[in-house]
Amino acid sequence: MVKGFISGEIDAFTAPVLREKLATVQGKEGLQAELDMSDVSYMDSTGLGVIVAFFKNINANNGHVKLTGLSPRLKRLFDITGLGEIMDIETDDKGGN
Amino acid sequence: MPQEIGRQYKEILRQYVMRQTEQNLYAGQNFSRQLIQKNIAPEDVISIHKAALEEMFPELPMNVWHSFDLLIEMMIRYGLAHAEHQSLIQQQEEMKVEMDLAANVQRTLLKTTVPELSGLEIGLVSVPARKMNGDYIYFLSDNLVNAGVAVADVIGKGIPAALCMSMIKYGMDSLQDATSDPEKVLDIINRIVEKSVDDDMFISMFYGRYNVEKSIFTYASAGHEPALFFNAKKDEFSELHAKGLLLGVVPNVIYKQHEVKMEIGDFVVMMTDGVTECRTDEGFIEQEFIASLIHSLRHENAQTIVDSVFKELEKMQNFELRDDFTLVIFKKTS
Repeated sequence: MVKGFISGEIDAFTAPVLREKLATVQGKEGLQAELDMSDVSYMDSTGLGVIVAFFKNINANNGHVKLTGLSPRLKRLFDITGLGEIMDIETDDKGGN
Repeated sequence: MPQEIGRQYKEILRQYVMRQTEQNLYAGQNFSRQLIQKNIAPEDVISIHKAALEEMFPELPMNVWHSFDLLIEMMIRYGLAHAEHQSLIQQQEEMKVEMDLAANVQRTLLKTTVPELSGLEIGLVSVPARKMNGDYIYFLSDNLVNAGVAVADVIGKGIPAALCMSMIKYGMDSLQDATSDPEKVLDIINRIVEKSVDDDMFISMFYGRYNVEKSIFTYASAGHEPALFFNAKKDEFSELHAKGLLLGVVPNVIYKQHEVKMEIGDFVVMMTDGVTECRTDEGFIEQEFIASLIHSLRHENAQTIVDSVFKELEKMQNFELRDDFTLVIFKKTS
């Protein structure tokens, strides 16, 4: 089980940093990964690309990815893209939204 | 030529040693610009200085001359760094020329013709944030009854995105049938894309088809921003939601299409996230704002609406697009 905390803005400039960090745990068989995104203030499509690539990689190795703490804005992004249906997502209900 | 440079430098130096005025310093500054233009290396400049000094003050102690030799040696690295910099600038210019060419090829390759059907107005604006556009528009029409439009956003920008787009284009070209159902169109393109892209690359796409005879707009979405539908009679907007996964994530996705009946004055607004994710210094531009902006223009023709919305949002972002911007409107006029 690996737990990751992501904070700040994920865009074209910062996404490569995240990609590198995630790459360090990729490739392991049956990895249970959890990414806490409650401190992510903004994510654009490049960031989404990194998350999807990670998801595909972990799944291909019989692992599981769970995303937690999504803000309403991020939740909308995952809903629109249809990724919310195929990924394990927990929204941030602290705000009561 | 070097002799000439030496002579000129000696004169500037002589003037300055005699009178330390601003004007003499300025002459030196100008002269250094010329030297850079002529690609004179820093160590050569010091050699020139040393030679001038030897002529002007031959009686200086030996120590001083030795110190210059050390300085010359030290400057050689700077000279190399400068040469490297020059060659990088040249390479960059070559790349720029190639990018321009590629952008041109992209424009030609991805050209699409806006359909002309009686009873339907189409407005289109698509502006790249950088040279290459990551948004893609493709019209598929028989110019009689059906007008279809694919609005796609390739994740990842620049050249990889542009290459990816040719894939969509050839997939769409192979359809050749304006009556194709949106759900089938997305299914076909997804199979093509899934086989051929990297893990972190994918495409969102909205496909809409308007049938003039039935006044019905049929649509399906692959993870794309929902389109906005303006109902003229009710004077209100609603989102055209259609569930569907992004193209290129998994091979077998079932896309479902939906339809909406259009009356005169109704229109559908299709866009990419360059429109909905507009950011200004104060934060995001809210979707309600965009809707109200479009609402204020609802009586204009489709092209005027998209042009005005683009101009307004561009202005709000200080004329600096962060993302490619695409807006398409289908408006029923009769």
